[in-house]
Amino acid sequence: MTTAQVQQKKIATRDAFGHEIVELGLKNKNIYVVDVDIGKSCKTTEFSKRLPNQHINVGIAEQNAAGIAAGLSTTGKIPFVSTYAVFGSLRMAEQIRQEICYPNLNVKIACSHGGVTPANDGGSHQAIEDMGVLRTMPNMTVIMGADYYSCRKLIAQAAELYGPVYLRFTRDAVPVIYDENEEFEIGKAKKLRDGKDLAIIANGDTVHLGLKAADELEKQGISVKVLDMHTLKPLDRDAVVECLDIGKIITVEDHNILNGLGSAVSEVVAEEGRGIVRRIGIQDRFGESAPYEKLLELNGITVENIVETGKALVGK
Amino acid sequence: MNTSIEELKQKAIELRQTALTMIYEAQSGHPGGSLSSADVIAALYFREMNIDPQNPKWEDRDRFVLSKGHVCPILYAALALRGFVPYETIHTLRKYGSPFQGHPDMKKCPGIDISTGSLGQGLSCAVGMAIAGKRDGKNYRVFAMLGDGECQEGQIWEAAQAANKYKLDNLIVFVDDNNLQIDGTCDVVMPNLDLVKKFEAFGFETRRINGHDMEEIVRTLDEVKVKKNGKPKCIVYDAVKGKGVSFMENAVDWHGTAPNEEQYKRAMEEIAGGLKS
Repeated sequence: MTTAQVQQKKIATRDAFGHEIVELGLKNKNIYVVDVDIGKSCKTTEFSKRLPNQHINVGIAEQNAAGIAAGLSTTGKIPFVSTYAVFGSLRMAEQIRQEICYPNLNVKIACSHGGVTPANDGGSHQAIEDMGVLRTMPNMTVIMGADYYSCRKLIAQAAELYGPVYLRFTRDAVPVIYDENEEFEIGKAKKLRDGKDLAIIANGDTVHLGLKAADELEKQGISVKVLDMHTLKPLDRDAVVECLDIGKIITVEDHNILNGLGSAVSEVVAEEGRGIVRRIGIQDRFGESAPYEKLLELNGITVENIVETGKALVGK
Repeated sequence: MNTSIEELKQKAIELRQTALTMIYEAQSGHPGGSLSSADVIAALYFREMNIDPQNPKWEDRDRFVLSKGHVCPILYAALALRGFVPYETIHTLRKYGSPFQGHPDMKKCPGIDISTGSLGQGLSCAVGMAIAGKRDGKNYRVFAMLGDGECQEGQIWEAAQAANKYKLDNLIVFVDDNNLQIDGTCDVVMPNLDLVKKFEAFGFETRRINGHDMEEIVRTLDEVKVKKNGKPKCIVYDAVKGKGVSFMENAVDWHGTAPNEEQYKRAMEEIAGGLKS
């Protein structure tokens, strides 16, 4: 895949949730949505209108939402708690641990506003630790799709997968990368292009940046492999190991470089004892109100920085 | 089950003795709150709840959520005496491989409807079960047992407001009002004020009863059973922490301490004599 195939069309991946959850709910009456008063923003309004009997709105009470979802799941329901990533990971963290992960219940946490995508809302609303916190909880699966179509497929798969799943979406629009018929498998990285000098492993809203950087590097004679690591946990260890023959890896993520994709990939590389990793992501600092692209730029999450990092890594 | 008041009182004795034996043998656990809730547990597990020990996941069963999960020895005693697990399981409390974990674990022990242990969270789970029951047109009821100290957790009130919104008259909440928590009396640590009034303000139909008076417990359960009025029910029961063992009664130090051999023997004798009202 090249940049030419990255469509000009941009869609926020929270819309993927809004659309897919209605489809799922119509097909399966056990699919529930638990809202916390931000249904409009999280795109669950359509679900609440068409499937009121499968919809619950607990008001501004995230902890209760997690507990209610746990209770629902013991009766065979498949509840999706829908909120913002910063609340869905941290405000509910202990409830997720005690009542969802510990008993391994079939609850999905579906969160819009991942990473710095709630840009002008400021640092309070930008979720930079969420995936890291949740990946340390046993039984939890952690996913961030790269675009609208991959998110729809991954949401549908999460509904089929028994157990807790954290799904993270963007508030802002991100480029469409995939064809709507592309298939995805939770826990299996998507190889977007092959290369022999450098590997870029990205997830979520940074995958398209990785692709553009690969194009640019290719022009400069560096052959680049690109992986969409949509599932942070369980990490596709084999896909990372396959990058070790190349040996030079850049991770890109809209998340703190601590305990996110960069950390997860580095763990594999360190255990295998070969290869080198450069982590591009949020530089362990809180954000502020600014345009989304500006916030990425402040953290070096840009095509230019990926290109420069890649060149330095391969010694060109 | 049509169990008589006298039989229930006898069951409460067996529950107290079983729970205390577990804690004594494990030399670990929470006797105070286990003893204070024994009489309500007896009424629920030997009379009120529609459950089947042979089919613990029966989908039409009544549910029980022990939100104050640390008093699980009394729940384990009920499960052992009702045959959800072999009675000998009582000798394994808090031991490696036991279904009787330090706090209730639904994955390890049949008859546990939800894992608990972190205070303040169980009522939300009970609300979720009750909403599902309503939406599915099921007749089962959900019983939740909270501690009074636990009502200091904000999430209890988040759950209570949802119970009102979704008109959960299939939810019956018990609050063990023994006025003791680890650091002292609730009145000193953090006053609960009037829990009956608080739940009433949250839309519950409420009662305050004597949690050690079996006739009153049974009568109250019979009364609320017929009230399909769209209101969740809250029964705050006055209780004595450590009830039934004179030296444990109203003594903060018996919240989470196991008795030694002499104390255990004395306690078992006192319990055998039944409650003095």
